[in-house]
Amino acid sequence: MRALHRRTLRAGTAAALALCLAVLAGCGNGDDAADGTVTLDFLSLAWQAESVTAYQALVDEWNEANPDVQVRYVQGSWDNIHDQLLTSFMGGEAPDIIHNDASDLTDFANGGYLADLTGLLPESLVEDIPQQAWDTTAYEGGTYGVPFLQEPRVLVANTRLLEEAGVRVPTPEDPWTWDEFEEVSADLTRDTDGDGDTDTYGVAWSMKEPVTQSVNLSLSTGGRIFDREDGENVIRFGDDESAVAELISRQVNEDGTAPRSSLGMSGSDTLPGFFADRYAMLPLNFSFRQQVDQQAPDDFEWSVLPMPSGGGEDGLAQGVAPQTLSVAEDAEDQQAAADFIAHLTRAEHAMDLARGDWMLPTSETALADPSLNTAEHGWRTGVELAAHLRPSPVLGVRGYPEWKDKIATPAFQEFYSGAFGLSELRGRLRDDGNRVLDRYQR
Amino acid sequence: MSRTFSPAPPVPRGRRAGRAAGRFGQYAALLCYLVFLAFPLLWLLSTSFKSPQELGSIDPTWIPREPSLENYRIAFDAHPLARSALNSLLVAGSAALIAVTIAVPAAYVMVRYRSRVSKAGTVWILVSQMFPLVLIIIPLFLVLKNLQMINSLPGLVLVYVVWNLPFSLWMLQGYVKAVPLSLEEAAAVDGASRLRVLTGVVLPLLTPGLVATLMFSFVTAWNEFFFALVLLKSPERQTMSVILTHFVGAEGVADLGPLAAASFLATLPSLLFFALLQRRLVNGMLAGSVKG
Repeated sequence: MRALHRRTLRAGTAAALALCLAVLAGCGNGDDAADGTVTLDFLSLAWQAESVTAYQALVDEWNEANPDVQVRYVQGSWDNIHDQLLTSFMGGEAPDIIHNDASDLTDFANGGYLADLTGLLPESLVEDIPQQAWDTTAYEGGTYGVPFLQEPRVLVANTRLLEEAGVRVPTPEDPWTWDEFEEVSADLTRDTDGDGDTDTYGVAWSMKEPVTQSVNLSLSTGGRIFDREDGENVIRFGDDESAVAELISRQVNEDGTAPRSSLGMSGSDTLPGFFADRYAMLPLNFSFRQQVDQQAPDDFEWSVLPMPSGGGEDGLAQGVAPQTLSVAEDAEDQQAAADFIAHLTRAEHAMDLARGDWMLPTSETALADPSLNTAEHGWRTGVELAAHLRPSPVLGVRGYPEWKDKIATPAFQEFYSGAFGLSELRGRLRDDGNRVLDRYQR
Repeated sequence: MSRTFSPAPPVPRGRRAGRAAGRFGQYAALLCYLVFLAFPLLWLLSTSFKSPQELGSIDPTWIPREPSLENYRIAFDAHPLARSALNSLLVAGSAALIAVTIAVPAAYVMVRYRSRVSKAGTVWILVSQMFPLVLIIIPLFLVLKNLQMINSLPGLVLVYVVWNLPFSLWMLQGYVKAVPLSLEEAAAVDGASRLRVLTGVVLPLLTPGLVATLMFSFVTAWNEFFFALVLLKSPERQTMSVILTHFVGAEGVADLGPLAAASFLATLPSLLFFALLQRRLVNGMLAGSVKG
């Protein structure tokens, strides 16, 4: 009996093995087309359902109109895009058309993995996107991506709490100054039950990733952090650069108008507290509105406000790293790939993609479309802020990822939590940071 | 012959109470441990039935207020979950079977034929476990490219077999060592060849080891992400672990409900695999082969 059982087990195992191998053998690589049709792989990082649908519809439209150049939609993920691309580039198997963000382009352009798009794109597209957006994808005289979507940082506010506090509601034409923002935060901070503990904080700074927002918001006070000196990148952290960081630290550690507990949170983590009146305002990226809209209780009213101004003409300026579309240097047909990018980024298509991702198109024609110029979900605030967006100072800086991970992230996190003061922060960001950059510029 | 049994001496009441308290403590500790282990899975299950509004609530609840299958519907609509699960099943199942098929005779030889080569092999197994993934991914990618196995499930199976084999070998060596040599000698005296000894005597006694190794190889391959991400380009060939990342956007923003639904479904095959095989894992080693 046992022998029979063993024989059955062995036969079963062998059959399973054979079946697996047979099925797998049928799953080999069969990409090559014999009829001369060019097939381009488009690695897309769209992830929200409506956004994925919009991209796929545009791919289908292209494929129908261009039987000789077929595009295959490949879904990627923001989480691992750098490692995936690096490996694919090194192995010579990169996708032909690459969706990414501008902060990732420098190293790949420097390594020669991306095609220079100069001369490959139609003039109408080049003219429709403002120069400041093109600057985000420029590297050593070449253009390595089409910047097509971008998003400012905004204040998402609890409308009822704002009304109850009787504060002035800011607009892009008449924004709060940073001083005014501190005062409003204090007005919104409440101990509603009188037990001596704060029940509502004016603002919650989510600082799980503190570097990007600290660097980008410093532009509003005239800071830059990364500058060029004798043709080399250097880090500065003077008064202009540190003004916003000092304000955040003051709100957390001195005024008590921002909770310490939110410093370790991501933007998503702060939403439950926002809906429960624990926080009156949240500085979030513009696309977070989709999550707010999806998760807010039915009777919850929220508004989108501009970030405070540092004063002067550039007071609302902030750095951005737009989403980009690039062509791999090894692409089967660079011109066809660039044509497909031009198809995706045509004004009416860019608008569909922007709406799907709850972001702003860089295309000026798309931005002027009445359908984006609506008060619903704060679209108009975003559109009016678009003119103030500048290339993030980190773009084009080789060594920035290392500076960010090894030096700036722990330094900012410790500073915001009150572990040390401004001089220590300056020393770490500037002195330790410049040593890192030097290694990339030898 | 009749035997008389004298009643056991009564256990003092104090000691009985102490024993009961001890037993209660053991069960309480076990329960806490089980809750600790099961917490992520139960929370995942609970999350998968919650609406976006409930997920945004500051007061999380174990039992969803208005349970709904909407997240499962969205997950299936948005991404090819069934196809990716089938891909994962094929790849993980094949990799586990092949790895174990190779590891059994290899482990046997390394244990029974002690020589410098087998010692060096054992050391090499240990050393190979120390290579970080990032160190080997690009060379591996190039090797597979030369073999024309990029973007193919057999290529991924090959990688998983190579990746799992050292540890499978290491695991099985311990089980082979535990099989008494006298059994094999008895079979040899009866005229059994080496192959017959391996298949007729050693293999049945290795069942718990085979099951443990199979589980390890299957779960490792099922959960593996980075190789699958890098090696498979075509959407129709992507595995479950890769598809799950498509629910996550930039800066860690995630479509939490559908992600939880898809993640819960992704844990089911492993759970099922464990449930089916765990009895074989714990069934007595050498059961029926040696007299006790």
